[in-house]
Amino acid sequence: MTTPVSSMAFVLGGSVIGSVGAAFLKSGALVLHGHWSRILVNWRLGIGIGAYLLSSVFFLKGVSNGELSVLYPMVSLGYICTLAWSRIFFNEALTFSKCAGVGLILIGIIFLGIGNSG
Amino acid sequence: MSSAIVSQPHAVDANKRKRSVMIVVACTFIGALAQVLIKFGAVHLEHANFLSTALSIFTVPSLFAGYCLYGVFAVLLVYALRDAELSIIYPVIALTYVWVSILSVVVFHETMSPLKTIGVGIIVAGVAVLGRGGTR
Repeated sequence: MTTPVSSMAFVLGGSVIGSVGAAFLKSGALVLHGHWSRILVNWRLGIGIGAYLLSSVFFLKGVSNGELSVLYPMVSLGYICTLAWSRIFFNEALTFSKCAGVGLILIGIIFLGIGNSG
Repeated sequence: MSSAIVSQPHAVDANKRKRSVMIVVACTFIGALAQVLIKFGAVHLEHANFLSTALSIFTVPSLFAGYCLYGVFAVLLVYALRDAELSIIYPVIALTYVWVSILSVVVFHETMSPLKTIGVGIIVAGVAVLGRGGTR
């Protein structure tokens, strides 16, 4: 079984869109005050949730054909992008333990991808 | 004296971070349930084009229920993000893979291969590293 380039593009695209969505959710969460219903009129959260939905549609299309051992590691692009957005837009520290934690998670995802392919 | 003043906000931040990480752990279980429901519904999508895939969210009941749970997931995620760093919370969402692997065994009676077990273990270890010492 080979993995079509279109599946790779869907998974990579979905990963980046998902990371942008997470950044919008974070910026929306930071300006969230008062009653919980304010969540409905927060445009940043709207964009974040929209991007999340779009990325899940991309993932659904991407993993519907192709090898998961190839496609799963590609989600790492989303994690790397998110660390970049965290640093650039929210001025979060890029610490050793964060990098180690993310590194372990990505290795775990690669194992799952290989395990799910077999 | 000065060290007490300095260390107190850090202690508060660490507690808030841990609470947020626990919220996301619950959140990922809900996300995994959503994925299981979506997997039930995804059999309807075999030869679907992009538009009908998007529309199926509203026409296939299990897909609709799955995406509703994603709504709950999103609300919990926003509350977690309010008090904790994005660079900690986002990677913890990978726990969804762990719950999906466990639910696949419980719900779909799939076998847990050694590779998957190792993968699950490494992801949990990564999340533990993030939860414990993310700000240092």
